[in-house]
Amino acid sequence: MTEPEAKPLTVRFFARLREELGVEELTLPTEADLTAGRILEQLASRGGAWTQLKGSQPVMIAVNQTMAKESTAVGAGDEVAFFPPVTGG
Amino acid sequence: MISIQTDDFDPAAEYQALRNSGSDTGAVATFTGLVRASGDQTGVTGLFLEHYPGMTEGVIQQLMDQASERWDIRAARVIHRVGSLALQEQIVFVGVASAHRGDAFAACEFIMDALKTTAPFWKKEITEQGAQWVEQKTSDLERSQGWDQN
Repeated sequence: MTEPEAKPLTVRFFARLREELGVEELTLPTEADLTAGRILEQLASRGGAWTQLKGSQPVMIAVNQTMAKESTAVGAGDEVAFFPPVTGG
Repeated sequence: MISIQTDDFDPAAEYQALRNSGSDTGAVATFTGLVRASGDQTGVTGLFLEHYPGMTEGVIQQLMDQASERWDIRAARVIHRVGSLALQEQIVFVGVASAHRGDAFAACEFIMDALKTTAPFWKKEITEQGAQWVEQKTSDLERSQGWDQN
C-alpha cells in the first residue's frame, strides 16, 4: 500500500517581512512533529534576509488565520503566516 | 458589519444607518481615524496599508462579538481602508449604536483599541525621503491591554 501524498503547507509573509524576503508565499513539504517555530528555524537557516526570522525583531505567527505560537503544531494543508506586529487603525 | 475596502466612506451615511438601528437605540458613538503628517516620521504625505484578507475580517468579527457580550450593542459598524491613502484621508471608522451612551462610548473605544493591536493591518508611511513601515507602539498595547483588566 502506498502512502497518500501529503499536501504541502503554505507559508505567507506580510508587510516588511514580505518586502525584505522578496517572497509573498511559498510552499514547504511537511514532516513529522512540525511546529511554526521549527519552520522559522528552517527558513532562518537559509541565511541573508531570512535570518531576521530568528533575529531581534518580533515575528508574529498565525496558523490558519488564527494567532499562534512557535509551539503550535502545523501539518499538511495548513496556512502559516509570519508578519511584524500589526499597526492598523 | 465589517468592510475592508480601498474606497473612501461617508461617516454621515454610516451614522444614519446606526441611528436607524431600532426604537431602543438611544446613543450612537463613532470614531474616524485620519492620515496625519506626523507619525513615526515627520512630513508624512501619505500611507500605504496592507492587510491579511480573511484573517482581518475574522479578528474584527471576534472583537465585535466580544464587545456584544460585554456591552449592550444594537448595531456596530467597522470600515477599514487599505491601499494608498493621502494626507488627511479617512483610514478607519468604528460606530456603535446602543441604548445608552456609556455602552456606546466603551464599545466603540474597545473595538478601536483592540483593532489597532490585534487586526492584521500594516501601515507604511510615505515621505519625501522615502517609505518606512510603522512600528507598533507600546502605548497602543497598553491601551488595548487596559480593557482586559476592567
